[in-house]
Amino acid sequence: MTLSLEASAVTVAYPNGHTALRDASFQLRSGTIAALVGVNGSGKSTLFKTLMGFVKPVSGSIRIAGGTVEQARKLKLVAYVPQTEEVDWTFPVSVWDVVMMGRYGHMNFLRIANAEDKRMVNESLARVGMTEFKDRQIGELSGGQKKRVFLARALAQNGQIILLDEPFTGVDVTTEEAIITLLRSLRDEGRIILVSTHNLGSVPEFCDHVVLVNRTVLASGPLEDVFTEDNLNRAFGGVLRQFHFESSTIQDHDGKTVKLLTDDERPLVFGKDGHLEYKDRTERQELVNKRIEEVGE
Amino acid sequence: MNWLAPLQYPFMVEALLVSALVGTVCAVFSCYLILKGWSLMGDAISHAVLPGIVIAYMLGLPLAVGAFAAGLLCALSVGWIKSSTRIKEDTVMGIVFTGMFALGLVLFTKVQTDAHLNHILFGNILGIEREDMIQTLIASAATLIIILLKRKDLMLFCFDVAHARAIGLNTALLHYLLLALLSSTIVASMQAVGIILVVAMLVTPGCTARLLTDRFDRMLLIATASSVLACCLGVYASFFLNAATGACIVLAQAAMFAGAMLWKNMRSPRAQAGT
Repeated sequence: MTLSLEASAVTVAYPNGHTALRDASFQLRSGTIAALVGVNGSGKSTLFKTLMGFVKPVSGSIRIAGGTVEQARKLKLVAYVPQTEEVDWTFPVSVWDVVMMGRYGHMNFLRIANAEDKRMVNESLARVGMTEFKDRQIGELSGGQKKRVFLARALAQNGQIILLDEPFTGVDVTTEEAIITLLRSLRDEGRIILVSTHNLGSVPEFCDHVVLVNRTVLASGPLEDVFTEDNLNRAFGGVLRQFHFESSTIQDHDGKTVKLLTDDERPLVFGKDGHLEYKDRTERQELVNKRIEEVGE
Repeated sequence: MNWLAPLQYPFMVEALLVSALVGTVCAVFSCYLILKGWSLMGDAISHAVLPGIVIAYMLGLPLAVGAFAAGLLCALSVGWIKSSTRIKEDTVMGIVFTGMFALGLVLFTKVQTDAHLNHILFGNILGIEREDMIQTLIASAATLIIILLKRKDLMLFCFDVAHARAIGLNTALLHYLLLALLSSTIVASMQAVGIILVVAMLVTPGCTARLLTDRFDRMLLIATASSVLACCLGVYASFFLNAATGACIVLAQAAMFAGAMLWKNMRSPRAQAGT
């Protein structure tokens, strides 16, 4: 079995007549971290629901590892890491209990954990660095720890396709980097990671593939080809706020000292003609050093 | 006053045993009901069973069968109306259960007045008839066995439906199973406290336990202990107070909850101030 995810001409309509996705097609190969980018209501969550088999397309098809969504569900191939807001954090379960839920599909009728289940849970907890918190009630965790628990559940499930919904909301920078490192190691094992996000600045840092959606798939392909100013303008259709430094009131006489504050999200910076200035922190630092040298000369 | 006097009467001993069993079923189920957020559904279904009971009585069927069918009908029609209109679920429930309860009351006056049906509204565990007791025992045992066998699946269903589905559980089936268990729990407890007060049995033990623990397994145990204690206390107190047994049981449940709340507030004043 080679892992792959393939949507061909998928159209999804809800019983109330609303067409959430029309003629959406994209392909992801084994060992990919893909960003699913689009505004609210663009069909990101509908696409997730379709991949998990909660809603059936009225036309078109989805193939997971060469089989149907239903077959993938039986094999527990698709794991879902929910948005923080979707979870009832007051629910009386511990970190261990939640990660063990990832094993339920592999257990017998009575869901009694065997040695293998416990080993997988321990291993998953260790991998996300949450072993010492295993007896905490889930509401007693920080934002980043909460995310890691549900990632551990996806690992315990041994999901080969992992869907993450807004993984960086309410997460501090250190945890964000830890999660990104983990996602990269999962990619290197050949899994497919699909991340739904509207945090554009973080996309170039950890994704190698981008699927742009706006009621359909506008573009899908390698980051360099798809994540362009033109495409993003099409996907966000004027919803995106833009700040043009060249027309800023602060010009040369201030030595171009401009401070830009955003609340939580990292800004996405395009250079002239819409090329990406840098992908992550390291590249940014290199760029800054280079510029300093240039000025020095 | 002789404190052991009630135990000299076989009907009291029977009532204590039956109410302890009913209390156990209700306690276990209440943990799922409150975590799923279905308390209002519990109230709705408990009222909606009335027409089913009256019709079953008129047809000479076991009352439990009519009650169970009417409870399920209420749940299914709420789901159907919600999905085919834009009305919110709690509003739909308000319409469906009052409608069905009113139908039950109208049917009730049409059939010949019989104390038997009155017992359904307010409970009559001290004078429970053999046939009703057997129905109560069967409903209790069946409900309890099914919940305990499927307790982990039901817990996951209450916690995270999306994950339950993703790992291959049949969530539609679990949804209807939980509704069916709700109806059968109501059937089991209506002889003890009557359908008007059944909702107290369906939510209070779970809430009491939830105050005292944040682990699900312990919550099941604490709920069961508090509910069995409340049921026995209620039956016992009603003997001396000469008051309605169902009401006494529900009062004891409420007292348990109040006690748990007091105990918790005294134990962690800082935690209370912090939230």
